Amino acid sequence: MAGTTLLDIKGVQTYYGNIRALNGVDVTVKQGEIVALIGANGAGKSTLMMTIFGAPRARAGTITFAGTDITQLPTHEIARMRIAQSPEGRRIFPRMTVMENLQMGASLDNLKHYEEDVEKVFTLFPRLKERIAQRGGTLSGGEQQMLSIARALMARPKLLLLDEPSLGLAPLIVKQIFDAIRELNRTQGLTVFLVEQNAFGALKLATRGYVMVNGNVTMSGTGKELLANPEVRAAYLEGGHH
Amino acid sequence: MSDASPPMNDAILHVEHLSMKFGGLVAIGDLSFRARRGEITALIGPNGAGKTTVFNCITGFYKPSEGMITLNRRDGSSYLLERLPNHEIPARAKVARTFQNIRLFSGMTLLENLLVAQHNKLMKASGYTVLGLFGFSGYRTASAESIDLARHWLEKADLIDRADDPAGDLPYGAQRRLEIARAMCTGPELLCLDEPAAGLNPKESMALNALLMDIKDNTGTSILLIEHDMAVVMQISDHVVVLEYGRKISDGSPQAVRTDPRVIAAYLGVEDEEVETVLTEVGDEDIIEQLDTGPDSAHGPGTSSSYLAGPVTETVGHSEGERVTVSKGASKAGQVDARSSAAANKAAKATPPKTSRTKPAAKQNSPRAISNALDAPRDGIADRLALIKGIGPISEKLLNQHGIFHYDQIAAWKKADVEAAETYLAFDGRIAREDWIGQAKALAKRASAAGKRGGRK
Ligand SMILES: Nc1ncnc2c1ncn2[C@@H]1O[C@H](COP(=O)(O)OP(=O)(O)OP(=O)(O)O)[C@@H](O)[C@H]1O
Ligand SMILES: Nc1ncnc2c1ncn2[C@@H]1O[C@H](COP(=O)(O)OP(=O)(O)O)[C@@H](O)[C@H]1O
Ligand SMILES: [Mg+2]
Ligand SMILES: [Mg+2]
Repeated sequence: MAGTTLLDIKGVQTYYGNIRALNGVDVTVKQGEIVALIGANGAGKSTLMMTIFGAPRARAGTITFAGTDITQLPTHEIARMRIAQSPEGRRIFPRMTVMENLQMGASLDNLKHYEEDVEKVFTLFPRLKERIAQRGGTLSGGEQQMLSIARALMARPKLLLLDEPSLGLAPLIVKQIFDAIRELNRTQGLTVFLVEQNAFGALKLATRGYVMVNGNVTMSGTGKELLANPEVRAAYLEGGHH
Repeated sequence: MSDASPPMNDAILHVEHLSMKFGGLVAIGDLSFRARRGEITALIGPNGAGKTTVFNCITGFYKPSEGMITLNRRDGSSYLLERLPNHEIPARAKVARTFQNIRLFSGMTLLENLLVAQHNKLMKASGYTVLGLFGFSGYRTASAESIDLARHWLEKADLIDRADDPAGDLPYGAQRRLEIARAMCTGPELLCLDEPAAGLNPKESMALNALLMDIKDNTGTSILLIEHDMAVVMQISDHVVVLEYGRKISDGSPQAVRTDPRVIAAYLGVEDEEVETVLTEVGDEDIIEQLDTGPDSAHGPGTSSSYLAGPVTETVGHSEGERVTVSKGASKAGQVDARSSAAANKAAKATPPKTSRTKPAAKQNSPRAISNALDAPRDGIADRLALIKGIGPISEKLLNQHGIFHYDQIAAWKKADVEAAETYLAFDGRIAREDWIGQAKALAKRASAAGKRGGRK
């Protein structure tokens, strides 16, 4: 299985109105990889994540998942292929409780694992367990972020898309989430494609990485290569603590 | 407060015995702190500690259950914020804020957003929502003066090139700067920022630091800052207040707070590669002793941040003399406090650990056992294996399930043990690659040195 291409993005162009946000992007994610996408704000990272889900839709290029062309599939059918996403800015259901949010994330084909999966996400985020009945909208920012990631995990995804998972989380929790991603990848072979501003953490975690500048992928390599690359260091790593 | 507390009129903000309850949940419990005029005061702490709730009380979004919040303006006037109607707080008390979840008029241009901000009445009427849907012609009604002010802050926030674009089209990081610019356009004496660096990369965070220092140095506006990016907090704050469970666990200079074991345990954690530096910096025996608190098996992964342990309904109501009550072992800061009070305490705590219940089953399934596995951690207290680079909370749990609790156990592994462990953890060659054994040896040595000096077994 390892080495097979799971997600293949070729020449993808995405527009907002008549402004082009992605100028022909090529990215591949192989089965069992953790791939990180880094780049400045406004580079188009979130746009690429959302384009995978068809909203907004690619105007040119193809997106293939596990051999199936999903470029024109409706969003709910893409989700049914077991691609799960924790989008930027924690879009949880504010009026639903924590538990109901998790139920929304569980895939219908997978309900027999439901209890087990709920327990698993509660092990990762004990805080959510204590807030089972609290409405999503009244959770603290970081608690909402935990819920968003937990909901994506509930889908038992073949591919997990995370748009800035560390956003708004306490340093200890960031470390815990990165550790958890690493271990889910190791123990269950979960394939992950993530966007991060915390480039140091993301590249340290990733098998491979891509750098995006103004809607173009300008660099790619193993996580280590990119971490060592002077251009990457100057643009995305320096000026911060690691 | 400490002796170093400023005289009253030097404190722009004085929070006293503040409490806020949501049903049975005590989000803030008897919190007191001060923010000095002209300084940047940071409010940090784990997710759900109550930081945003403090802002909501200061800015009148919530009426606190108890307590007093005094704002002292430059002209000598004072306001009790908890008594002021919330729409009067910006204008009369000169307090402005930004929100953790961005709230801009996304359909309006940047410039319009800043002009609306200066029309306090409109802001109030709009309730930050539907205004501007049609026909709000910010330009036409605005004075030249307010346009100048808007332009000034757009320049400062490095957004002037996009003045005419809809705010909603801006990337996330730029929207954050726009919020600060908007708040500054109201001419605040106290600026409350809720996670302004969220979504910024390290470079952008440094630019934010520059903007905030500029505000501090050139406007006299005092800043209250909630932020999880420690590169921002530690570099620009004059004073840091740390919350856990709505309670203050530390209060002091960035340096003092950063090295406070309670803050490390509850919030900061220790970066893998930084473990050694911190240990040597701070005097390793003490810190090892304090960080060494075994994971409380009832409360999830040992490295997790503080989590309120019991169900919400178990938290007690807050009244005179009461404090936030959380189940035993939930507060990391509390654990550190408990730790520093004697080994006797430790012996008492040494109850048979939960892990012994699940372990035999796990063992049977395993093809091979690790030779030096234990039935239970010695003294009932496991070492924090996650301090070894490469061991995360899940691996730590798995190792515990297989009878590995202590650094010295890993330090003594032979080849067959490593292979057995790799089978359990589904790792290949990682233990050698990351030199767990070497790391464990170093940690075991430090722990035993600490034990001798600190009277620890
Ligand atoms: N309206 C509400 N109803 C019930 N619980 C609430 C409400 N608002 C906040 N809480 C709870 O109070 C606690 C404190 O929340 P707050 O938003 O102040 O946390 P915070 O310190 O800002 O956390 P973060 O760093 O994650 O933003 C949280 O556990 C939250 O779930
Ligand atoms: N809904 C939208 N409408 C118009 N422009 C947008 C929208 N969302 C994003 N953009 C623009 O597309 C570009 C890429 O943004 P985004 O994908 O959010 O970048 P990143 O995630 O890398 O920060 C930016 O110039 C941004 O302003
Ligand atoms: Mg983005
Ligand atoms: Mg908050």
